[in-house]
Amino acid sequence: MNGITTTREMHSLKDFLIFIRGELKPKGKILTPFNLITGSIILLGGILILYRFIMGMGVVVHNAAEYPWGIWIGFIVMVGVAFAGGAYVTAFAVYVLGGERYHSIVRMAVLNGFLAYVFYAGAILLDLGRWWNIANPMIGNRFGVNSVLFLVAWHFLLYMIAQFIEIAPAFAEWLGLKRTRKFLASLTLGAVIAGVTLSTLHQSGLGALFLMAKWKIHPLWYTEFIPLLFFVSSIFAGLSVVIFIGTVSLRVFDKDRIAEEYRKSWDDILIDLGKACAITMFVYFLLQFLILVHGHNWALLNTPMGYWYLTEIIGLLLIPASLFAWGVKSGNPAPIRIAAVLTMLGVIINRIDYSIIAYKWYLPLSERYFPSWMEVVITLAIVFTMVWVFRWIVNRVPILQKPPQWAIEQEQEEEIEGRAVALAPQLGLTMADGGKIIDQKKK
Amino acid sequence: MGIDRRTFLKGLGAGIAGSSLLAGRLEAAEAPANKEFMGVLVDTTRCVGCRTCEMACAEAHKLPTPDISDASAFEKNRPTSETQWAVVNRFKTDKGEVFAKRQCMHCNQPGCVSACPVKAMEKRKEGPVTWDTNCIGCRYCMVSCPFDIPKFEHYSATPKLQKCNLCWERLQKGEKPACVEGCPADALTFGTRRELIEQANTRIYKTPKEYYPHIYGEHEVGGTGYLYIAAVPFGQIGFRDDLGTIAYPEYTKGFLYSVPVVLLLWPAFLSGVSAITKRKANVRSKEGGKV
Repeated sequence: MNGITTTREMHSLKDFLIFIRGELKPKGKILTPFNLITGSIILLGGILILYRFIMGMGVVVHNAAEYPWGIWIGFIVMVGVAFAGGAYVTAFAVYVLGGERYHSIVRMAVLNGFLAYVFYAGAILLDLGRWWNIANPMIGNRFGVNSVLFLVAWHFLLYMIAQFIEIAPAFAEWLGLKRTRKFLASLTLGAVIAGVTLSTLHQSGLGALFLMAKWKIHPLWYTEFIPLLFFVSSIFAGLSVVIFIGTVSLRVFDKDRIAEEYRKSWDDILIDLGKACAITMFVYFLLQFLILVHGHNWALLNTPMGYWYLTEIIGLLLIPASLFAWGVKSGNPAPIRIAAVLTMLGVIINRIDYSIIAYKWYLPLSERYFPSWMEVVITLAIVFTMVWVFRWIVNRVPILQKPPQWAIEQEQEEEIEGRAVALAPQLGLTMADGGKIIDQKKK
Repeated sequence: MGIDRRTFLKGLGAGIAGSSLLAGRLEAAEAPANKEFMGVLVDTTRCVGCRTCEMACAEAHKLPTPDISDASAFEKNRPTSETQWAVVNRFKTDKGEVFAKRQCMHCNQPGCVSACPVKAMEKRKEGPVTWDTNCIGCRYCMVSCPFDIPKFEHYSATPKLQKCNLCWERLQKGEKPACVEGCPADALTFGTRRELIEQANTRIYKTPKEYYPHIYGEHEVGGTGYLYIAAVPFGQIGFRDDLGTIAYPEYTKGFLYSVPVVLLLWPAFLSGVSAITKRKANVRSKEGGKV
């Protein structure tokens, strides 16, 4: 069980294969209620996905002619990407701002972000009517450079690569690949900077998709600032998900899967995350308020859609923001956990509003879109598959676990080297001299 | 390690130059070509609701033949569909029954074209907005169309996007669109946009009592290839009168412009911040403090 912390020596391909075979075996009990329920949903979802690809979308999806996009886009892609926001925010805090104290959660956040992109945004394949053409925007079967979606597609692909580079050292540690790890770790800062840039554009880009749906979206939601709103809300959405996963992980994973350090610092980190959420949420609320005032939409508040808007803005934004603030002030993690769940719910509703609820809000119920049961099952199957894969990885790869000793040493060595090179000028040496001294010492 | 002020400024300069370059290109790509667009003028005062145009359209594009003798079709306002590129609807207005044909408006600067990530939707220099099979089926064009025209074959495993293409294949052979040729009431006129606007204005000037003084499509969403004149305000015959005159691609322009700026300035800024925090950490550790 303690394989992760000891250095693994693999001398041949045979050793490697034996190791992989051992790792493929399930860890922990198989027949738990959670596994049985989610497993059968995944199975059923898989069959329905096959059915959809053979017969076309119409047999699975509720076809409401007025609604181009259903929950696969409105929920899986839109919410999935917002929920992946924790990856770029934590990576930014740790690698760019040097927030070393959050180091223990950064891998969990990035893994979640990476998997969210793979599964949720990857689920776009389901929703593409002509999915076999999916590579067209990449391979240049015409580049739609004036299209927001073209940019979103490219940023999606590039960010997935950046996230993979960010998380790859953990996998190298798992496989005991020392030199590969060293190389991958040297790419991290670059990948993080690229990742934050791409995320800024990707998150806001998803909002920009709705800019041309001008009269189709209720005026309380439609504003020229949709991209900004999507970007800002992805920050607290992502962090709330990190709070959620971090809390749940502590409860569901075996003790030896979670580093002592992480266990001890989690409550403090939670408070900091709550603080970041509270600040960004109040900023977001202020933005929403200014947009409302600017748009002269007061009268619309006293309509059914207005009540729905207020539910979102007060019930699922202002209240959780206040709960976050309260939790931070009193140093109490309980309200922060509740606030995180409420915030996630608020973001889910917000994203669904744009493509479904506030989209052609004026149509009679009979013409409106509701997801079919098959769409819901497929959606759940995708979410649960992601949870399974996340669990599989956390049970094997040092994500919440402390990295193996050799990796920690490698990291320290590099840090000292970097520092020596950087400090060289202050000691009256050139940077190159600093490097040389290090090299000599190594020998 | 890190970047000095010079590299930062260099990056900044390159960023601004690069973004303005890209912005310039965007502008050029969005602007209508100099060549005159062809279009169709629909004079709803002449339309008798015979639906011959629907028939001609179905025939020209091998779509299921509509039953035009079935008068019950007028009971509901029918949108265009994946099997009907053109439909005629009946409206009860201040001036009695009015029939109005609906199909793709062939915007001068179409939302669907700027939405398409693979340029499957294309504004041809002759005027038609056409669809091509390199489409990925994302349906973003449907979200972005101010007239809600493109329709998707939900029930097909190899779905196509269906909409009027102004008989692009006939136009290339020098023929008129099938609906125009089929119209027995002379309600449809084919020509360049400029000619059609002139003609529409002439009709309105000559018989002002018969017309509401507005050409729908002259300025709406930056101008459309299909133009309409009618006896009543257009809100009464199923047209949105709140679309404005701004071309739809303009709504995403601001965002698209900001993309190259963010793409170039963000990494420079982030590298700077990271270099500063590293330096601080180093200084602190040198002074014996804890990192």
